Amino acid sequence: MLAFEAVRVTTDDGAELLHGVDAAVCPGTVTVLAGPSGAGKSTLLRLGNRLEVPSHGVVRFHGRDVADLDPLELRRRVGMVFQKPVVFAGTVRENLHVADAHADDLSLGRVLERVGLGVALLDRQADDLSGGEAQRMCIARALLTRPEVLLMDEPTSSLDPANRRAVEALARELAAEGLGICWVSHDLDQVRRLTDRVVVLVEGRVADAHEAARYLGAGDARGADDAGTARDARGGDDAGAAGDAGGRAGERPA
Amino acid sequence: MSATHIGWSGLAASLVLVAVAVGLSGWQRLHLSRSVLWACARAAAQLFVVGWALKLVLDPDAPVVWAWLWVAVMVVFSGVTIRNRAREVPGIWALGTVAMLVVVVVSLAVILGFGMFPVEGRTIVPLAGMMIGNSMTASVLVGRRIVGELRDKRDEVEARLALGHAWPDAARPYVRSALRTALVPQIESTKAVGLVFLPGAMTGLVLAGVDAADAVSIQLAIMYLILGSVATSITVIGLGLTRRLFTPDHRLRRVVRSPG
Repeated sequence: MLAFEAVRVTTDDGAELLHGVDAAVCPGTVTVLAGPSGAGKSTLLRLGNRLEVPSHGVVRFHGRDVADLDPLELRRRVGMVFQKPVVFAGTVRENLHVADAHADDLSLGRVLERVGLGVALLDRQADDLSGGEAQRMCIARALLTRPEVLLMDEPTSSLDPANRRAVEALARELAAEGLGICWVSHDLDQVRRLTDRVVVLVEGRVADAHEAARYLGAGDARGADDAGTARDARGGDDAGAAGDAGGRAGERPA
Repeated sequence: MSATHIGWSGLAASLVLVAVAVGLSGWQRLHLSRSVLWACARAAAQLFVVGWALKLVLDPDAPVVWAWLWVAVMVVFSGVTIRNRAREVPGIWALGTVAMLVVVVVSLAVILGFGMFPVEGRTIVPLAGMMIGNSMTASVLVGRRIVGELRDKRDEVEARLALGHAWPDAARPYVRSALRTALVPQIESTKAVGLVFLPGAMTGLVLAGVDAADAVSIQLAIMYLILGSVATSITVIGLGLTRRLFTPDHRLRRVVRSPG
């Protein structure tokens, strides 16, 4: 659905942030981009809805180079949730209307309930929401554009454990409904809980099997010595249908 | 000595106030004495040169083309001044120059087109100077403010872009805020005129012996034109700068924070 093919990103001052990364996000799965800080996870994610453009390589959406697509249309089909909840001034209703100005209260209520928030929140000032509520509102806002892929950049990093679990469960539900989820995390426990597929990035490239195993830790390294082996990072189940990029080092399908 | 001629002795007397400023700086250890003296000396040198040149341009017998050339030089220098005051704003030299050009063309077209003043060097130069001078300050303010808003609120702007907004829509709330900030001082000074301060043009006319009612009507016309000029210049800067800060595929460019 969304594929990154040998993408490189070079900054204006010549620093290369990504060195030819291959990865893919498939419908109905949660793909986790894992790796230490500064590995290029967020940069890769931002390529997905063209907030960044690669200096080399191609990003494809349904097989088409995203450079050939209308970026505004692409961004509505490939939604994004940021690390820190971005709350605009005004009520929750006004925040949701930023995504769909014509949505009526019924639609807004439905999308709020989908992310575990009540319709009663519509008139609440968005600034008054808790961190967890705000992040869920941001997910609801992204869902209003009816995306096929949702890019989530460490969406739980500022949340308490209960809210973290709630957002993770929501991501799994959305994947079960057919969305392709691409989730950035460097929380190894979360990677284990959440992922169907994991891509480990180290210093701007996809880690090889050994590096991936070392990063993910012994408990999770069962499949890393053979990165193409189908394993489920959550339970070790063999569920080999997960994808087109399964044979690549550092990328481990479920 | 008269209301329009203070003579060298009058000018020398005004230096008493400069001495007060220098004295205060020394007393409070502000270390500004040299700056005060340098500013005063520089202002004197610049104004004497400009005054000499203006005498040639404003001579009733001088061809009016010299006045237009003078205005052209003012436009270019205002662009340079705006660039110097807002170095962190990308492309501000070209934008500022274009904005000042638009201001001069629009305001002089209104002034001269409606026959408010005759087309002479002594009207063209000072009127253009007033429009440019006031618009320049607002242009610097709006340029810096737009860059600051879009840089500081980058996460909000990108969140709007990520929801499929085109760049003009994504930037609108922040650009609007910057435009308001730049225009409000001019609105406030327009509201306070006469109550809090007497503007320079009116004071000059009254000192020159013009009837107060005539001075008021001229001043009002000028103030309205200045307000329009400031609004025009910040709109030109706002639209042009915002377009420069986004790529054609609706991405927000990175603007480096200037040191200090």
